[in-house]
Amino acid sequence: MRPMLIQGGRVIDPSRRTDGVADVYLAEGRIESVGMNIPVGPDVEVVDARGKVVGPGLIDIHVHLREPGQEDLETIATGAMAAAAGGFTGICAMPNTDPVTDNQAAVGFIVRQAIRAAKARVYPIGAITMGQKGHQLAEFGEMVGAGAVAVSDDGHPVISSHMMRTALEYAQVFGIPVADHCEDPTLSAGGSMHEGIVATRLGLKGIPSAAEEIMVARDILLAELTGGHVHLCHMSTRGSVEIIRRAKDRGIRVTAEACPHHFTLTHERVRDYDTNAKMNPPLREAEDVEAIRQALKDGTIDCIATDHAPHHYDAKERAFEEAPNGITGLETALGLGIRELVLPGLLTLPELLARMSTLPARLCHLPGGTLGGGAPADLVVFDPEAFWSVDPARSFSKSRNTPFGGESLPGVVALTLVDGRIAFRQPE
Amino acid sequence: MTPALGKDLIGLEHLTRAQITAILDTAEPFKEVSERPIKKVPALRGKTIVNLFFEASTRTRISFEFAEKRLSADTVNVAASGSSVSKGETLVDTARNLEAMRIDMVVIRHQSSGAAKFLADRIRSNVVNAGDGKHEHPTQGLLDLLTLRDRFGRIEGLKVAICGDVLHSRVARSNIWGLLHLGAEVGVCGPPSLLPRNIAELGVTVLPRIEDAIQWADALNVLRLQLERMEAGFIPSLREYNRVFGVTSDRLARAPRDLVVLHPGPMNRGVEIDSDVADGPYSVILPQVTNGVAVRMAVLYLLAGGSPDWTAPAPGNEDR
Amino acid sequence: MAGEIVDLAGGDGDLLLVGIQRRGVELAERLAALIESRTGRPVRRGKLDITLYRDDLQAIGPRPVVGETVLPPTLDGRTIVIVDDVLYTGRTIRAALDEFADFGRPRRILLAVLVDRGGRELPIQADVTGLRAAVAPGDRVDVSVVELDGRDGVEVSAGGAEP
Repeated sequence: MRPMLIQGGRVIDPSRRTDGVADVYLAEGRIESVGMNIPVGPDVEVVDARGKVVGPGLIDIHVHLREPGQEDLETIATGAMAAAAGGFTGICAMPNTDPVTDNQAAVGFIVRQAIRAAKARVYPIGAITMGQKGHQLAEFGEMVGAGAVAVSDDGHPVISSHMMRTALEYAQVFGIPVADHCEDPTLSAGGSMHEGIVATRLGLKGIPSAAEEIMVARDILLAELTGGHVHLCHMSTRGSVEIIRRAKDRGIRVTAEACPHHFTLTHERVRDYDTNAKMNPPLREAEDVEAIRQALKDGTIDCIATDHAPHHYDAKERAFEEAPNGITGLETALGLGIRELVLPGLLTLPELLARMSTLPARLCHLPGGTLGGGAPADLVVFDPEAFWSVDPARSFSKSRNTPFGGESLPGVVALTLVDGRIAFRQPE
Repeated sequence: MTPALGKDLIGLEHLTRAQITAILDTAEPFKEVSERPIKKVPALRGKTIVNLFFEASTRTRISFEFAEKRLSADTVNVAASGSSVSKGETLVDTARNLEAMRIDMVVIRHQSSGAAKFLADRIRSNVVNAGDGKHEHPTQGLLDLLTLRDRFGRIEGLKVAICGDVLHSRVARSNIWGLLHLGAEVGVCGPPSLLPRNIAELGVTVLPRIEDAIQWADALNVLRLQLERMEAGFIPSLREYNRVFGVTSDRLARAPRDLVVLHPGPMNRGVEIDSDVADGPYSVILPQVTNGVAVRMAVLYLLAGGSPDWTAPAPGNEDR
Repeated sequence: MAGEIVDLAGGDGDLLLVGIQRRGVELAERLAALIESRTGRPVRRGKLDITLYRDDLQAIGPRPVVGETVLPPTLDGRTIVIVDDVLYTGRTIRAALDEFADFGRPRRILLAVLVDRGGRELPIQADVTGLRAAVAPGDRVDVSVVELDGRDGVEVSAGGAEP
């Protein structure tokens, strides 16, 4: 593999708070140096990045790859490819596969498939409980040994507070976060969208914000009790943001993520029963969207994660209440981040990249998220001012379930490098 | 000419006052048809109509069937159990199959909110919503409006209280929309666990007790309380519901004016409504049923004004 | 016209004059009154709306308003006089005859029209005609009655489709 010089781009490294025009020199899978007039050998491949941004590759800590079990929806390979096309160099795969990823062999399988795919890196997340059934702890140690970077029963909440407490205590042995899908199922049962005026008009049972907030509060109390690191998945309500803010003020080890759709769309998007606007947690009210945005600005929410959830066309082609939850997100995340957060002036581009790369890496203790010397050569080169049109039919993901079809998004990814290799290159 | 209704009747929420009034006006001559010795007019002769009922329902289906037959249409009933639907055929495939048989109109009742619109968006046939989940039951709303109009001569300014399980009721929603569009004042009354939290945002008054509703209203529309609500923990028992929220003759006796009582049926006598009220002088429950056939005839007649154009591409098929 | 109806009906008791909506109804009312004053015997009135029996129901698109039909419970044995304002293609009368069939079996049906403008598309003729006028197919004939239009009159105008 030839060394590479990425020339003339606006190099943003949130980990070292640098932002300026510079060259980046990569060799043998590592970032050798960042600066001007770097001496290079004759064999170097030169990439012209003038007018573009060069940043650490994006990292998405909440992705659903449907392998093993539902490979017709997505495989590790197609998910990793879609990730690279979206500018991601690393993704964390949630364990609600079929069978559930709750043992070292399953974790190892994902690691191997990812290596074979050779696109974005895939870090497995192991289940908290066997089969995600909530009764018996999975073998955190064995899974971490095989490559797991966190544990989660995502797809399901950890209903038993005792189990959640035990998980938070035990995970500390391995230094991994416990990620919870915050939902009180007795409040949310039967609901298919946010409990609000739109649900009342459409005659759909709603999921109140309290269903999420109750578990957020519980998880924070348990983190306080145990001293463990709890990570809260896909936050969606202003109440949750409030509770997290106060907990952080008190120094509790809680981190949180939010999905692009929760800072972009409200429950009004469910008009006409569009199943591409159906996900869990659901789209909420305008005030909730505003709170999520503010929380991303002030750090109450640490990072952006997509909760990429591929579903088959037939599955979504159903009456609203019967359709599965979830939308894809890997290829639209950067564009939505720029359009919804940077262009209105809420976040700067370096702040966005911090939330999409540096902080996710730090949170899960992953390499990446930095352009420091010696760091792995995981980079993204993109044009934040060029626009592209979302065409689900041309997505790299196997699935098409997105509400953003036909929309115009800024941020065209020109190049995604993983380990110094080109994982994605924009066709001319 | 009456204002066109479009291809389908999915609900009353998005209809205009003119459209709703046109349907009610059209229902008038159809009432007369049901009084003739030969209760048939050839208006829909040769049209094929399928009654696609995924939820069991005797009264609504029979009412539609009479409406269809009195218009001389050919009708076919498809019930959920024992059909290909119960064998796992999706709603989409059921729709496509009906379309392939060149069905002119489909009357659908389904347990999921939005199912009627889902079907209407995918087939060229006219679709009439006979109740989709908790969303709407437009022909019930219309026949309630017609019954009120017959009794009071107008809807504008009328105060109508909808009493009972509004949260789970498609009849309530259709009534709310229809009444608001025609200028009535709408109240809702029921235990808080059975009223949508934000119902007032639709423009209705929340009446906390049934006594308040009886003081306030010109008419009560009493909704059926389902046993499942007790089992799901929304109310402690049917007996308590009757004691606290039941429309009883004692309570009606204290009404400041002669109230009219409606009920969409079937009634749980002794739960939401007492027998002596249901069978008493203020009840218009039987006229509701009569009006039901006329209203459904009017709806089918108005929708059939445009037959499906079989040469045009089916909706939703334009690109995939 | 009233006189001719009386003559044609002969000694038949129980005359029923049925006006076709809309203006036939007003004309039937006037004729009935005239006949009553001549014969001294009561004449029953009825109204008939033929919209639901039209043979062009599909083609006309958005639905015309359906008017009132008022007839006795049975027509068996009666002598009916259909009264309409304009006789043109004959299709309105055909629809009326179909509709009567659903009400019973009259003894006899006569047709009285104010204006016969020719242009028949079906083998139907009036028994009593007020006025014959040859009118070109593209032209309209409109009858006005005081009860609905404020004045009585018959107008022929160019252009416009037959309602």
